[in-house]
Amino acid sequence: MKKRVEFKNHQREIFHFQLRLVVGIGFVSVLLAILLVRFFYLQVARHNYYQTLSESNRIAIIPIVPNRGQILDRNGEVLAHNYSGYTLEINQNKTADIEATINELSTLVEITNKDRKRFKKLLAESHNFETLVIRNRLSDEEVARFAAQQYRFPGVEIKARLFRDYPFGEKTSHLIGYIGRINDAEVDQLEENDLAANYRGSDYIGKTGLEQSYESDLHGTTGIEQVEVDAGGRAVRMLSRTAPVSGNTLILSIDAKLQEIAEQSFGDYRGALIAIDPNNGEVLAFVSKPGYDPNPFIDGIDTQSWDELNNSPDVPLNNRALRGQYPPGSTIKPFMALAGLNFHTRKPEQTISDAGVYYVPGSSRQYRDWKAGGHGSVNLFKAIQMSCDTYFYGLAIDLGIDNIANYLSRFGFGKKTGIDLEGETSGLLPSQEWKTKRYQQIWYPGDTVSVGIGQGYSLVTPLQLAFATSTLANNGVAYKPHLVKEVQSSRSSENRLIATEPLYDLNIEPKDLDLVRRAMVAVTQPGGTAVYASLGAPYHIAGKTGTAQVIAMKQGEKYDAKNVDERLRDHAWFIAYAPAEKPKIALVVLAENGGHGGGTAAPIARKVMDYYLLGKVPKPLTDAEVKGAKEHD
Amino acid sequence: MTKRQLWMRFIAHIDRQLLLGIGLLLLTSLLVLYSADNASWDRPLNQMRNIVVALVFMWLITNLPLHYLMRTAVPIYVLGMVLLIGVALFGEISHGARRWLNLGVTTIQPSELMKIGVPMMMAWYFEKHEATLTMKNYFVAALLLLMPTALIARQPDLGTALLITASGFYVLFLAGLSWRVIGGVTVAALASAPVLWKMMHDYQRHRIMMLFDPSQDALGNGYHTIQASIAVGSGGILGKGYLNGTQTHLDFLPERTTDFIFAVYSEEFGLIGNLFLLALYSFVVWRGFIITSHASTYFTRLMAGSITLTFATYAFVNMGMVSGILPVVGVPLPLVSYGGTSMLTLLLGFGMLMSIETHKKLVKS
Repeated sequence: MKKRVEFKNHQREIFHFQLRLVVGIGFVSVLLAILLVRFFYLQVARHNYYQTLSESNRIAIIPIVPNRGQILDRNGEVLAHNYSGYTLEINQNKTADIEATINELSTLVEITNKDRKRFKKLLAESHNFETLVIRNRLSDEEVARFAAQQYRFPGVEIKARLFRDYPFGEKTSHLIGYIGRINDAEVDQLEENDLAANYRGSDYIGKTGLEQSYESDLHGTTGIEQVEVDAGGRAVRMLSRTAPVSGNTLILSIDAKLQEIAEQSFGDYRGALIAIDPNNGEVLAFVSKPGYDPNPFIDGIDTQSWDELNNSPDVPLNNRALRGQYPPGSTIKPFMALAGLNFHTRKPEQTISDAGVYYVPGSSRQYRDWKAGGHGSVNLFKAIQMSCDTYFYGLAIDLGIDNIANYLSRFGFGKKTGIDLEGETSGLLPSQEWKTKRYQQIWYPGDTVSVGIGQGYSLVTPLQLAFATSTLANNGVAYKPHLVKEVQSSRSSENRLIATEPLYDLNIEPKDLDLVRRAMVAVTQPGGTAVYASLGAPYHIAGKTGTAQVIAMKQGEKYDAKNVDERLRDHAWFIAYAPAEKPKIALVVLAENGGHGGGTAAPIARKVMDYYLLGKVPKPLTDAEVKGAKEHD
Repeated sequence: MTKRQLWMRFIAHIDRQLLLGIGLLLLTSLLVLYSADNASWDRPLNQMRNIVVALVFMWLITNLPLHYLMRTAVPIYVLGMVLLIGVALFGEISHGARRWLNLGVTTIQPSELMKIGVPMMMAWYFEKHEATLTMKNYFVAALLLLMPTALIARQPDLGTALLITASGFYVLFLAGLSWRVIGGVTVAALASAPVLWKMMHDYQRHRIMMLFDPSQDALGNGYHTIQASIAVGSGGILGKGYLNGTQTHLDFLPERTTDFIFAVYSEEFGLIGNLFLLALYSFVVWRGFIITSHASTYFTRLMAGSITLTFATYAFVNMGMVSGILPVVGVPLPLVSYGGTSMLTLLLGFGMLMSIETHKKLVKS
């Protein structure tokens, strides 16, 4: 009996167990189903998504920065180029104590205080995990010394890089400009213009000068290397490669030697010089004095040097040729004369009697000529030759400000010339309308009188004056001034020429033009205001002197250079072109606080013309020339 | 005895079907390890050594008659408990957990021993009280389970604790634990989840959180899960091909020879490979169930059932964890992941299964 119960129990127990086992099998089947669904989801439904993630894990796109284009002068002289050199760079992420590392490094290679300061600035500005330059341009010896000790510096590396270099330094600083590290604002700008992709990997961008205005040519096209990388970011193998395309080469119309001579001719004077080939608008020399050495700007100038440049009373960072605005003074007279002839306000032979003082009809206010007692009987020719103020006072009043503004604007006054540099200013060509808008005042005849001799509200940039002079030299056919003659493509052998067509022809009456041009030649002949400018020159020079007042003289007060602070003295102008009969060069010289155009500005112009036309390299100033500086405007 | 007779004697207690399934899984292991170790022979050779050693032990176990097997239950369990207490008191800390015990000659992980020890002890206990099972017996068995798992969970080694709990639970379940108790415990467990959450270590909580949103911490704790999912997903239907898994060979996959080896396999062999692997596991598990249903004694039935279900659970937890549906708990892929200890434990289990199958036959005949 007992046995039977046990047996029965046993049977029931087995049955129960089998039941539980079936539940277990069911449970395992559910687990299996879950996995199947999950695998299907990952590997079929979401395969593309994970495939993409896997690829972006694996493939790194490494930009290959193109070589920046060179800048050459018209004769192939190098003005900006790249050279390969070594830098010492610190990886922020692999270096625990940067300060200590730098101290250690300074025992191996020279690290100046400037280097440290610049590095700190870079560190503060760096927005990604980049390596930062602590030292540039290592010597071979320094490279060797560091390489031997490299194991001590896991986060420091030597990199071979291309450096930008400006061999002419400050002589071409305002012309070439410089490149520098791309800042946040420029990043935004690049993104806005859909250029960000092409700048991946690029550290530098043109900041000023031609480096800035021809950035798109100079930069080139960034290459792409697709590399398979492991989880540690190490490249395992190359998948594909698109080679970069180097930037285009700029061939300037600038003559480097001429530029150098022009620069040197200024001596200690501040100022600007622009020489243009009037036949095509090619700029031959473009000087703003003083310049600055652009080379330290490339990798970030240290604060102290920057402050020195920025706070200098000589404002070396200001591009005077492009942005400086000065009253044109008497250099405006040839253009005023043409206006007078154009509107038939004056006939060539018409004379006035100059007693040294001019009164606006119906007013008692005195306008003095620069020459006490006046020039006597003066016609248009003589008025230009001797720079007679009284003649132009009357002419201005008779023309009226509207005609003046109208005519002068044809020569480009009050407008940007459109030269291939950024940041140009437009000067000021005053008019009734302008004055009402600017000062809510009516235009007085006295205002017109001042404008007649290039004073008062009138402002021009040296570049504008050069453009006007060049247009005059070319008989009224204007060419847009440009610094780049051609862009040499790095892709093909084709060169792109810049601006070869004239902008417009002013259609000046030939006999009017002839008169004014003859008068301008007379300026540099005995009896003219710039006789020393052409002394002994085997070619004829047409010119005009000018003086831009820095401080206004009160009624009845007399200007005396000796009593005036050096920086408040008048600026000296000289505009010229030569040879007068068939001009090859037109130029403008501005010598800040130089006093008289004929004395300081004209000799500078002469040296430039002598070199350009005769190949003559100037000698230092002689005593006679220094004496000549006494000559009056 | 002829050579043939000797051979027959040698394989007398081997279950061929089970051996076939295990053998294919072990071959897969060597194949995938070679790839996971970046085409190096180091790990595959070591693993081969592990396999040989474990197979020898398995063979020894298969030859052990069932009553001997049952007799070892209590000593193994007691030894395991002593060692676990030893670990709690004098254990060595590695990776923030106290799991290893230094015995002078070698360091051991007693929790591994308990993977076998606990279900054996429970099965032994149920066999002893087979005729007169009451609620009290289930309670005692549960205590036998909870004591070691509590110690292991404290180490902390949540993965092992959970798996041992599972294996013990399977014994209780197969021994007929009433559905009402199961339901009650489940409800109680859910209710106490917040308390458990509080008791958990930060890294454990992190791992569970990561399960819900791995991208929250893509470079930290979520990294394993994300990279593993990418590997599996990018494998697609056909896989990237053997030795061509980019996640694997470019070091994106962590722990790819051990816990995450399934990601390596899945990346290179794709869905087709996964189906094959699931089929292999299912085959082994199926054979386990067959053996269980044949088992002649209460002890062997419970043991065989628990071993089989635990094996299935291992495989599921690992694959679930790699494919991102379970938290990363540190469970290797059974028979495939690199490692000697788990290989030994698993093959000892299969040795028991074979012994259960073959000795029953001998008894019958």
